Parts: sequence; structure tokens; C-alpha cells
Amino acid sequence: MDFLRPASWEEALAAKAAHPTAVPIAGGTDVMVEINFDHRRPEFLLDLNRIGDLCEWEVGEDSVRLGASVPYTGIMENLRGELPGLALASHTVASPQIRNRGGVGGNLGTASPAGDAHPALLAAGAEVEAESVRGSRLIPIDEFYTGVKRNALAADELIRAVHIKKADGPQQFSKVGTRNAMVIAVCAFGLALHPETRTVRTGIGSAAPTPVRAKAAEEFLNAALDEGGFWDNGKIITPSVAQQFAELCSAACNPIDDVRGTASYRRHAVGVMARRTLTWSWESYRGTAARTEGAA
Amino acid sequence: MPENGAPLGTPTKVTQGTPTKGGIGESTLRPDGVLKVTGEFAYSSDMWHEDMLWGQILRSTVAHAEIVSIDTGEALATPGVYAVMTYDDLPTDVKNYGLEIRDTPVLAHGKVRHHGEPVAIVAADHPETARRAAAKIKVEYRELPVITDEASATAPDAVLVHENRTDHHIGHVPHPNIVHRQPIVRGDADEAAKRADFVVKGEYTFGMQDQAFLGPESGLAVPAEDGGVDLYIATQWLHSDLRQIAPVLGLPEDKVRMTLSGVGGAFGGREDLSMQIHACLLALRTGKPVKIVYNRFESFFGHVHRHPAKLYYEHGATRDGKLTHVKCRIVLDGGAYASASPAVVGNASSLGIGPYVVDDVDIEAIALYTNNPPCGAMRGFGAVQACFAYEAQMDKLADEVGMDRVEFRRLNAMTQGTLLPTGQPVDSPAPVAELLRRVKAMPMPPERQWESSEGADVRQLPGGLSNTTHGEGVVRGVGYAVGIKNVGFSEGFDDYSTARVRMEVVGGEPVAVVHTAMAEVGQGGVTVHAQIARTELGVTQVTIHPADTQVGSAGSTSASRQTYVTGGAVKNACELVREKVLEMGRRRFGTYHPAWATAELLLEGGKVVTDGGEVLAGLADVLEGEAVEVEAEWRHRPTEPFDLRTGQGNGHVQYSFAAHRAVVEVDTELGLVKVIELACAQDVGKALNPLSVVGQIQGGTTQGLGVAVMEEIIVDPVTAKVKNPSFTDYLIPTILDTPTIPVDVLELADDHAPYGLRGVGEAPTLSSTPAVLAAIRNATGLELNRTPVRPEHLTGTA
Repeated sequence: MDFLRPASWEEALAAKAAHPTAVPIAGGTDVMVEINFDHRRPEFLLDLNRIGDLCEWEVGEDSVRLGASVPYTGIMENLRGELPGLALASHTVASPQIRNRGGVGGNLGTASPAGDAHPALLAAGAEVEAESVRGSRLIPIDEFYTGVKRNALAADELIRAVHIKKADGPQQFSKVGTRNAMVIAVCAFGLALHPETRTVRTGIGSAAPTPVRAKAAEEFLNAALDEGGFWDNGKIITPSVAQQFAELCSAACNPIDDVRGTASYRRHAVGVMARRTLTWSWESYRGTAARTEGAA
Repeated sequence: MPENGAPLGTPTKVTQGTPTKGGIGESTLRPDGVLKVTGEFAYSSDMWHEDMLWGQILRSTVAHAEIVSIDTGEALATPGVYAVMTYDDLPTDVKNYGLEIRDTPVLAHGKVRHHGEPVAIVAADHPETARRAAAKIKVEYRELPVITDEASATAPDAVLVHENRTDHHIGHVPHPNIVHRQPIVRGDADEAAKRADFVVKGEYTFGMQDQAFLGPESGLAVPAEDGGVDLYIATQWLHSDLRQIAPVLGLPEDKVRMTLSGVGGAFGGREDLSMQIHACLLALRTGKPVKIVYNRFESFFGHVHRHPAKLYYEHGATRDGKLTHVKCRIVLDGGAYASASPAVVGNASSLGIGPYVVDDVDIEAIALYTNNPPCGAMRGFGAVQACFAYEAQMDKLADEVGMDRVEFRRLNAMTQGTLLPTGQPVDSPAPVAELLRRVKAMPMPPERQWESSEGADVRQLPGGLSNTTHGEGVVRGVGYAVGIKNVGFSEGFDDYSTARVRMEVVGGEPVAVVHTAMAEVGQGGVTVHAQIARTELGVTQVTIHPADTQVGSAGSTSASRQTYVTGGAVKNACELVREKVLEMGRRRFGTYHPAWATAELLLEGGKVVTDGGEVLAGLADVLEGEAVEVEAEWRHRPTEPFDLRTGQGNGHVQYSFAAHRAVVEVDTELGLVKVIELACAQDVGKALNPLSVVGQIQGGTTQGLGVAVMEEIIVDPVTAKVKNPSFTDYLIPTILDTPTIPVDVLELADDHAPYGLRGVGEAPTLSSTPAVLAAIRNATGLELNRTPVRPEHLTGTA
């Protein structure tokens, strides 16, 4: 195994172009496990740790450009306001030591359905900045996950950053594991309210071959909220609406039975998390709306 | 005092008068504590030797198969490889090992019987080279049907896991795929059942738990010039290893010199050999030091696990709540090799009804040979599985009778003098009812403890930081359980220990050196032995010599026995040293003071004093440059085997009792559990080191919690292959899963034991699991007949 250590982003792109089978490594959360377990013997490892840019982020007008290697700890500590869903998800990643090294780029590169960042990225709305010697492009998150541990990257592309919409409303993230910390998701759920567009977006983890959105559930809820004037009147969402939303989220799952849980449990749990996160988010939205009105 | 006013027991006797500083009863600190916390402690995996090679084991990829061929050519031709060995390369006719039954091949011979069985070994100059070379060994298997449970093991046409058995159990087992069977019959359970107003039956399943010690199996074998080998190893019993290793190597035992290296936990998982013989074989073959370190994946295959079990129980009681009878059948899955299965059967059966008074019992316990992973010793050893089932039964029966669950237990609790199902009287305090009373009397943690002024503190809720609930669906449950564990090796085993104690003067100060072969695996023996020596010899400075085979056997660090037995041996050797020192004193100074002849003499503060406190001489003066050294064996009271048909016999030495109260919050919608408190009351006879005692109780409690809600090795029922050999999917409790564990320690002396002490380490592992399960049942109203309980069991989505 050859270990490539580019000193700059340009060198990294050149190396990836020269060795398309090279596996990029930054925090190593996923890659080192695969190597240690002998699940994978890449011909080349492409170490991105000398490229400082990847650990930086910029907060723009509408979105945050998050470097691929910004560690989860950094997101938790610095971007809680802009990216509340992703910050909550970051909190559930493994242990403090791993959160100090691992970043969203790794989750995206591995594209495991169990990656904790995915549901939050799907719910918030994000674009993956992929680059190669051929040029740079933005891949919408909805088109990024193409199969079990497969993504839309070309063989010569590297993930440079993720552009995530700044929260314009409450966001939530929930994850089920069979231990109260340091656990891989049995299933996970992300939800974001977007009052500006009057839409709700979702993300489901570990309950289908790829991270997915519950689109039918979103459409149902968007219509229900719109119809009842909920965004304006800030009323409590009726239990029947929340319940139907939950059921549609369950229906969006396509899970398997495995050593971490049953398919039936995953479907059930996603529904429970959908209902709860919707309730928390909506309560928070109503609270904010009420305060805003009061101030005005 | 219990409510009836009867005395609970006698106070503890201490041989030497006033306590010496750092003596027994004090919470002296572990000598290795700071090193371990700061990461400086040298574990066995940290060892290094110049010019050493690395050993690697090739393990079977299937559970049951004939080995058609093994081709080592390509592996041997790999640059950097020094040796590749298979069964054919074993040097003597002794090719198997085993704790009791030598049924385990050093390297597979013609057949593999479980997933991960060692087939070949490689030594190379780099661990990665060794690993790659091992992967190049071509093994052709012809797969055989797998035996995975009682039905497949005892079917008329079942394939035999071991053909041509010659062990001493084959004569009394009903099928060759049963390792051992122990019935225990006392009174007439069928007749007594007629008196029962209420009868409850239950079928229970206990999952396969792993010891999950954090320091993986590792050791270093160094070939010696005399043709022997020096082995530095993390183990639980040096001399037991030695007896199994030497014959395979074809060496006399004195040429296999073993030294204990830093042990990162054991919990029973190091009673069996792992890489010991493999490292020695490769070292002797290559003439170079060979180190072997398992990684976590291999560790899951490298040691035995706790027996998974099926347990079938029937309990009866009269209308006034008195137990009438118990019938039970305990089926333990021993996996492919016997390991400690026979003794686990003995424990499960003899302790199978728990710490209760029942005159009419009909018990049967068996251990199976299957193609599942081998199972053997783990903290609680057979008593754990039984406790999970009988405590579930006690709750069910209390509900039937209409009594409070704790009061029902107290009404039926054993006391000193109660006969076990084996007919053996419990001849030391048995404060079962009192422990239950105490644990129930502890203050309850506040309701809705997660609520704070800033909203819900998710760390206090099921799911923790995964943010699954802010209180929705959360229901509190409370559960109780109590258990009984035997201490020391039972059933007629000659369970002795050896201690060598030396007293000499160094730099004008008297110093004691304690040398035993006791494996310090984290239990605190090194701390306690020094305390005993200080108490018995009245010195401050005690050196604990590294454990090795240059001194007699200390027996195993298991069965909660080391403080009792090796502690007893150290105490005994110290007493003999003390006598010798006093004799020297009498010879030297006897004529100067009449008290030398007439008074009771003690060693205190580095001096010889009378029991009246008068100083007669300093130890430095008495010893005058001479050293006094004694090596002596020490035994607890002998025990007897259980009768093979009736199970009667005085099989046990001592008992340890603990009771738990579990308080849980269950997210009933998501099936997630947060154990918020696990209160424990335990009788320890005498707490030689109160801090260590509490540590043991909290650790055992947590290990019991683990198998209640998360810990399980999952074996595929079709292939018998292990599905989760990693800490990613074999989950053990983190600190966020570990509740507050208030501990109430009772000290009622067992007059048969040194200082009246009782073994401590295992009892809390027993009752913790059923207490948590009872609390979850209490919160959910579900029956929950298996452990560990998983979210799908609590949500109807299994």
C-alpha cells in the first residue's frame, strides 16, 4: 500500500487523477476500521491531513461552506446556530476522540446509510462540492447517495466541502442505538422546518440502502400545514396529522434485519422519531413565532 | 439487626491487636492505579524483545468441517516468514489441552468444530507479514452439519461433536453430545406440588455474554539456552497454564518458566489457554522470541464466553406465601470444547433455586457440546444464568400469591443453617432477608430526574445524547433481585494456594516480601496481600514480588477466591514468619525480659510488643541481618463431589450474597432503557479493603447490567458463525449507561474464613441482571423471558 501525502489541494487532485483507486483518508474513522478488519486493501491511501483548507468553514449569506475535514467537535462548538440539525447529529458521532478527528467529508465519502451526518444534511438541504483536475461541481445532496456505500463522485473526484443551507427554522435530529452513547445508528431521523419556503424536509438514516428523504411524508405535511394556515397561525399540529406524517416516514423506509436491529423495529422507530422531532420542532417554531409577534 | 432481633452473625476477629497503618480494613490505594489511569502501565501487549518475531494464528472460517488439506507452501515462501506450523508439526504425542477435559486441539486435527478454531500458526519478522502469510495458507474444508442447540445435539442421528470420548463424564451422560449432567433431587417435588395453591412455570433464555476485557490476549515466549522457554503472559492461573503447556512442548515443567505480565482484565476469559502454546511452539521452532497479540476481532474468537442457556422452571407456593417446591431444567450451551462446562453445570444445578428455603426440589442441569463458540468461565459461573430465571419466577409467584415481591422473597429467604438442594447446610451467616430489607430501604432517586430549568437533560433519559425523547413515552420501573454464589472451587477440588513470605531488614527498616503466583487481573490482590502482611507482621514496607512459577501455585484468580485462599496463604505464611521471628527474639533477648516467655507477643510498628503494649525489641535488632522466609501451602476446608444421581454432597466452601434494586426509565415507544440507579447491598464478611470492595461491587453490577440490556454475542443459527465480533456491534456499557450504584456493605464474619471474609467479586453480577429485567417488566408490563432485552422485544417488532 502506498501512502500519498499531498501538500496542497492541487497536489491532492493530481494524485487522485493519477491514481483513481486511491482512497482518501482524513480522520480515518471509517477507513482505518476497514483496513484494520482487512475488509479493504486499497492500493493507495491519499492522506488529506496536510491540507489545512479542508478544516475551515465560511458562513455566507444563505449557507455555510463546511470544509470536508472540519471535525464534528468543531461543528458542535461553532456552528450550532447555523446548522442546528448537523450539530445535534455531530453530538451522536462515536466518542469525543473520534469527534475530534472525523468530519462530514468522511461520512459522505463512505456513504454508509449509517453515517450520522446524512439525515441532517438531507433535511437541511446541502450540496457537495466535488472537485477533480477537470474542474469543480456542486452535487445536490438528494442526488449524492447512489447505492449501498456508493456515491455520485467520479473516480478522480475529491470532496472539498459541503454547502449547507443556514437554518431558517428549527431543526431536530434523533438517533436510535442500543446504548446511550458511542453507538452506531440502528436508525436515525433528521427534520428541518424551512419557514422561508414554508416547507419541511426530512432525512432517514440506516433504514434503507442509502440515506433517504421521506418525500411523500414531506409533501403530505407541507400540504397539511399550508391548508390549515399553520405557518401563520402557529397552531399546534393536530395529532392525526403528526401520526400520518409518522406513518409516511415509516413507509419511506426500506430496511433490513441485521445484527443491530430488525427491519420491523427500524420502520417503527423512524415513525416514532418523526412524530417526536416534528412536535419538538413545531413547538420551537411556535415559540419563536409567538415571541416575534410579541416583539412586533 | 433484622426485625426479629436475632443476631445476624458474629463480629470479625483480627489476629494481631491494634491495626497497623496500611493494614487490613483500610482503603489503601492500588499500586498500579495511577499507572493504569495515566496510560503508563505496561500490559502484556506492550512487551518487546530485541530480535523478536510476531506470531499469527490462522483460524477456521467455518464452524464444522473436515479438513481435506492444508497447503502452507506459499506462506512459508513469503519473505520474512520464519515458521509455519500445523498439527503435523506438534512435537509430542500430547496434542490437546483443556482445563478439566483435554479435548481442545492445540491446532486443528482433521476437523474443525467451531468458527475461529486455530488451524495453523505463523512466525514472521513483522506482524503484517505474519498476517499476510497466514492468509496465504490454503485450507480446504468439507463442511459438516452444524450442531447448534439441544434438539440438534441430541437428535438420534446427530453428528457427534467429539467421537470416542474417554473423559470421566461419558459414563453418566445420556448422549455423547452432552458434556456433563448433574441432577439434584431432595425431598419429593411431585408430592410437594400437590400442596401448592399456586404454581408458576416459565421458560427463559440467557444470551451469550463475553468477558470483553479490554486488554486482548497477548504474551511473549523467549527460548532459553537450556532448551526451555520463558513465557511472559497475561493469564488467570499460571500453574494451570503450565500443566497444560509443558506436555505439549515435551518439556518438564521446570523448563517452562512463566511470569505474569500486565493483565488487562479477565472475568473468567483467561482461565483457558489462548496463545500460550502457540507462542512457545514458534519460539522453540525458530529459536527466537515470539510475541503474539490478538486484535479485538480475534479476541472474540480467542477465549470462551459465558454459556448461553435455556432454563425451564416450575415454582409452587402455598396461599400464605411459602415455597412448596421447585423443578427446573437448565440447558447450557458449552460450544465445541468442554472448557469449564462440567463445573458450570455443578454451580448452575446446586445454586439453581437461589437463596431460598425449599425442601422439595428436582433439578437437572446439562451442558451441551455444539458447534457454537466454546463457553466456559465468566464472572458468576453458572449461578448467573440460574439467578436470572429463578428471580423472574419469584416475581411471578409473588404476584400470584398476592404478596409484595420483596416480602415474598424475605419470607422464603434462607438463613444460617438452611439446607441447599444438595443437602449441605449453609454454616455461616446468610443475611438474605436483611440484604433485601436494606436495599429496599434505600432512598429512591427523584422522579423525572431529567427535568431541569433549561428543559430536558437528555443524558438522564433513555437514548442519552442520541436525543430520542424529551420525556415522551418514558415510564419508570423498579425491580428487585437477590442471589447466591459459591466462593472458591467446589465439588472436592483440592483448592489450595501457596505463599512465600520473607522478612528482612533493608536500610535499617524491616521489610516484608510477599511472593505468590497469584494473577493480579485487576481484582486488587496485590493491594490486599500487602495489607495482610502489614497487619500480620507489623511492618510498613511490603514488597509484592512479581507473580511467576518460581513459587508454588496460587490457584486461579476466579470463583471470588483469591482474597480468601491466596490471602489465607499469605496470612498463614506471615504467621509462620512471625513465629520464627519471635523465636529468634526469644533466643537473642529472652533472658533480658520475662515477658518474652510469659506474654502474648505481637509485631507492631516494626517492633516486638507484648499484648499489654510494652516494647520488647525492634525487629531490626531481632533479625540482625538475617532473613526469615517461609513458603507454605494453605487450604480451605475440603469439599465433596456431588452424587451423580442425587446431587447430594457438601460441595461448596462458602457463599456470597448480594441484593439489588434497579430503577429504570424505559422509553416504552422506542424500547430504549436508561438504568438510573442500581442499588446494591452485599455481605462481604470483612472488607479487607473497603474501597476495593465497593469497586468490585460496582463493576460486577455493571457487568450484570450489560447482559440485561445490550451485551450479546450473536451466533448465526444456521452457520454457527459469530456475527458481531467487534466493539462496534458487541456493546458494553459506557459511563452514560452506568447508573449511580449506591452500595451498602454488610460485614458478618464467616468464622471458617481468614478474618471472616467472603469472596466479593461475583455475587453482584448475579442479581444485577434480574433486577434490571424486573424493573423493565415493571415499567412495560411485558413478560420478557430473555436477556439481554433489546428494543425490538419492548416494542413488539422482534
